[in-house]
Amino acid sequence: MTQTREMMLNVGPSHPAMHGVIRMIMTLDGEKIKDVDIEIGYLHRCFEKMCETVMYAQCFPYTDRLNYVSPLINNVGFALAVEKLLGIDIPERAKYIRVIMSEISRVTDHLTCVGASAMELGAMSVFLYMIKAREFLWELVEEITGARLTISYVRVGGVKADLTEGFVDKAFKKIAEVRKVLIEADELLTRNRIFFDRLKDVGTISAKELISHGVTGPFLRASGVAYDVRKANPYLIYDKLDFEVPTGTQGDNLDRYFVRMAEMEQSLRIIEQCFQQMPDGPVTADLTGEIIPAAEMVDKAKMGKTEGLLGDEVNCDPTLQGSTRKYHEAVYANRKDVVLPAKEDTYGNIEGLMNHFKLVMYGHGIRPPVGEVYLPVEGANGELGFYIVSDGRDYPWRVRCHPPCFPIMAVLPKCLIGDMMADLVPTFGSVNMIAGELDR
Amino acid sequence: MLMTPLQKLQEQFSSQITETHAFRGDETAVIRPEALKAVAQFLKETPELDFNFLMDLSAVDYLFFAGGRIQKPFRFEVVYHFYSLKHNYRIRIKVPVDEKQAEVDSLCDLWASANWYEREVWDMFGIKFKGHPNLKRILMYEEFQGHPLRKDYPYNKRQPLIGPTY
Repeated sequence: MTQTREMMLNVGPSHPAMHGVIRMIMTLDGEKIKDVDIEIGYLHRCFEKMCETVMYAQCFPYTDRLNYVSPLINNVGFALAVEKLLGIDIPERAKYIRVIMSEISRVTDHLTCVGASAMELGAMSVFLYMIKAREFLWELVEEITGARLTISYVRVGGVKADLTEGFVDKAFKKIAEVRKVLIEADELLTRNRIFFDRLKDVGTISAKELISHGVTGPFLRASGVAYDVRKANPYLIYDKLDFEVPTGTQGDNLDRYFVRMAEMEQSLRIIEQCFQQMPDGPVTADLTGEIIPAAEMVDKAKMGKTEGLLGDEVNCDPTLQGSTRKYHEAVYANRKDVVLPAKEDTYGNIEGLMNHFKLVMYGHGIRPPVGEVYLPVEGANGELGFYIVSDGRDYPWRVRCHPPCFPIMAVLPKCLIGDMMADLVPTFGSVNMIAGELDR
Repeated sequence: MLMTPLQKLQEQFSSQITETHAFRGDETAVIRPEALKAVAQFLKETPELDFNFLMDLSAVDYLFFAGGRIQKPFRFEVVYHFYSLKHNYRIRIKVPVDEKQAEVDSLCDLWASANWYEREVWDMFGIKFKGHPNLKRILMYEEFQGHPLRKDYPYNKRQPLIGPTY
């Protein structure tokens, strides 16, 4: 007599097909998935607790590590939340720079997601092409921020540095390259029988279910709901830009793939528009003094040789480039209680030095009024919100990060149940789970 | 004149709302814990409001808030952020929770997203949710002692499964 039994199978926490550490306890009937229990928390790094122990400006390195594929969006989200708490506005040029950097990050995130899930289905070359395209974009990020991943580029009240000279031309070239890769990948994947059949009608889920689970982002849009924070609650200058919110109809893996591909094109469009609309940067010609090294300026100021020092420009460390006086006004808000002074002021006069110290020393720093704000931005995976409670002191009382992946992981069992075991790979790939923001 | 969601809520539940504010444009209402279910149902099922997203749910520990200078009547507050897709509204509801009887009603049967969020709040703050189907830790492991986001939990405390004790 034959007898059938259900089988229990552990997938993860470290499995080659898993993009992050997560454990799935599956109940299988043959190859069919009958039940899934998801266990998360393997990458919990106490983001919220640690933010309570440092000053506002020191939270930025922690936010880099939330979604580590698009860290700039986390930076922007946190900075916007603190700025909302303070009630300050930033210069137009800084807003455009933030949007450009966010959209570059969104493209890198989607490239990683689509590339990795294509690789898991056997399309290795697409993965390599997409990683190549991501490399082009990361080179742009590196040029501006000085780092590829742990960038900490955005500041409360602005951004660390202005765009470098010749950046716009370089960016246009890279965008053209990325477009080429996208067309190539589209040709290799979209009409590919194997890829198409593995995704079509797999991992299907209805919009109603997703809304009840609070899912946002490409995952929700693939089910036909055109909710995008950039359109619904425009922040920065998204209301001045012309872009579309692509949506799907079926809510299956194929739609999620199409939505991501279409969104990348929209992001590239946004970047191009930003470059066209952006107010001009600093004019380089109005320098009255000379360019001197930072140490020399500090020495001169200390010894009281201040004649003509105000007109001099400082030549500082590469990591501080773009935050000198010439750029300062363009990328920082005019608020001395929030933003660090230009480097010439810090090195060259006592007022600037004191201002600098008042913002970086323990017991000083940025002090927002008592209150609470929630600010959502559109992360690569959906609504990324920061809820910050201030008690009027220099440390945040509570920082809550609303991670877009969290509700998606909660709804994932609903996508998986009823499909085959092998469908786990494309469905999980389409989620683009980032353990860094899921577990915080 | 068009009423904001907060005004509508005030009209309906005037006796249950203890405090409101709209700091930086975020409409907020603090309600009595026993009214939570009714308020949530009203927000979700009234067609002019239609808050179909429970976008975020978390809690705040107000122990020694502002170094003890600001006194809050209760130690915790559970914070709900709702979003209405149809009307593009947002509203924040806060429920004060006492330390000794840290328990509020679960909203799992209204929004599925409440399930994991409430588990997280239980895990991090030790606030129980009445009627939750599966209230267990989510980010920490079952053997973990205490609730890490409480203000009296030292941030540098180590436990056996995390690292060396000292």
